[in-house]
Amino acid sequence: MSVLREALDHQPETKAFWSELAEGRFKLRHCRACERAHWYPRAICPHCASPETEWRPASGQGTIYSYSIARTAAQPFAIAYVTLAEGPTMMTNIVGSDFAEIAIGKPVEIAFGHQVEDGITLPVFRLA
Amino acid sequence: MSINGQAYIVGAYEHPLRKAPDKSLAQLHAEVALGALADAGLSKDDVDGYFCGGDVPGTGPFSMVDYLNLKVRHADSTNIGGASYILHVNHAAQAIAAGKCDVALVTLAGRPRSEGVPKGGLKRADSPVQPDYAWETPFGMTILNVYAMCAMRHMHEFGTTPEQLAWVKVAASHHAQHNPNAMLRDLVTVDDVLNSTLVADPLHKLDCCIVSDGGGAVIVTRPEIARQLKRPLVKIRGAGEAVKHTAGGAIDLTYSAGRFSGAAAFAEAGLTPADVKYASVYDSFTITVIVQLEDLGFCAKGEGGRFVADGNLIAGVGRLPVNTDGGGLCNNHPFNRGGITKIIEAVRQLRGEAHPAVQVANCDIALAHGTGGMLGTRHGGATLIMERE
Ligand SMILES: [Zn+2]
Repeated sequence: MSVLREALDHQPETKAFWSELAEGRFKLRHCRACERAHWYPRAICPHCASPETEWRPASGQGTIYSYSIARTAAQPFAIAYVTLAEGPTMMTNIVGSDFAEIAIGKPVEIAFGHQVEDGITLPVFRLA
Repeated sequence: MSINGQAYIVGAYEHPLRKAPDKSLAQLHAEVALGALADAGLSKDDVDGYFCGGDVPGTGPFSMVDYLNLKVRHADSTNIGGASYILHVNHAAQAIAAGKCDVALVTLAGRPRSEGVPKGGLKRADSPVQPDYAWETPFGMTILNVYAMCAMRHMHEFGTTPEQLAWVKVAASHHAQHNPNAMLRDLVTVDDVLNSTLVADPLHKLDCCIVSDGGGAVIVTRPEIARQLKRPLVKIRGAGEAVKHTAGGAIDLTYSAGRFSGAAAFAEAGLTPADVKYASVYDSFTITVIVQLEDLGFCAKGEGGRFVADGNLIAGVGRLPVNTDGGGLCNNHPFNRGGITKIIEAVRQLRGEAHPAVQVANCDIALAHGTGGMLGTRHGGATLIMERE
């Protein structure tokens, strides 16, 4: 079992995120009490501490807040923080794009079907 | 309760080795402990408080207290990464002021070079039990690329340049050339940094700290004991600590926990950045120094790049001498944790015992600051302000 699978097994509160994403649905955790979205998803709202949180469909749209190209990796890749249209900023990868095209402020969209170890699908983005 | 004037640093010792294949981790901790005690003129049986971070072998203080055969009535193993030891001096001063111990020992040691810990793309020792693990590690997050994202954002918002980042390394190399124990002693130019390998945009290889074996220790005690000893008096004036995190997704990579720990330390000390003659500032990467100098108030937010440029961190040349031992960029970064060396060089400066080529004239107030953990996700900040009495 991969360490990532082990990590997911430790977090029953976010199980639905991964199963939904694998089927092409990107969801965010929202709070019914303060009506704000947060990242990373959790059962208890990090803004107002309410336990009244729920999954809601997300637009999958965002802009690059910052990024770097990991050039010493065996396969160089782009890591980024993306600010989602719904508000929160999340860590992710920018895939399927020339490194030279990646820049802060550029619009991005979720890229479904990006599987890693154990068939787990990761929420990654591509230039829109 | 304030710790201002309640405790003194009376012993400081940095291990001379930068590679120690023939010494155990416990042995390195013991050697720096005994070195600091000898510097203070105290013995191990005087120690009744022990402070350590996540670099000790075993669980918290147990194994090292056992190895050294200490008899302690106070112990603290708070772990905020490389900044832990600066925090420990704060906690030691609090414990002393509260009567919980009289002579506090703080140690850091490690042998990552001898143990073959990979450099550069070093991954955090994150646990899959952490709630944040699945949201960061799968994206290939390393210490290097997260700090690189902080640098990229700083350049975007404030116009900071790779040349300005490079000046931090250039200053460190100017200091390290005078330190016979430094791991890297060659002078480096801005062009050398910019021509070194681009490892994670915008950071080059020479923007990154070294990884070394070794360690250091300090001894903190109450005023009555400090005055009986023969060493110059280094009084603790103020300290602060803070934790910064991802705030539910409200990410702002342009500042660190130092914004809060620095303000608390200056308030407790009753001093301002203009009073500081020398600063030890954690230099895991060149960008770390720039962000922290801003957060500590040495310049306005966004001005850090211009502040460090043109040799302004070089002793005898610049406006604020920083890391005159060569820092973690050139001198020493044992266990990837530089906190203790930050305190030790500040103590040398206050005592007038720094290398003559880098000694700051009339150095009466010094600051040591660290960032432990990840600047771009979760980290601790610890600030310590000291005065030569
Ligand atoms: Zn809420």
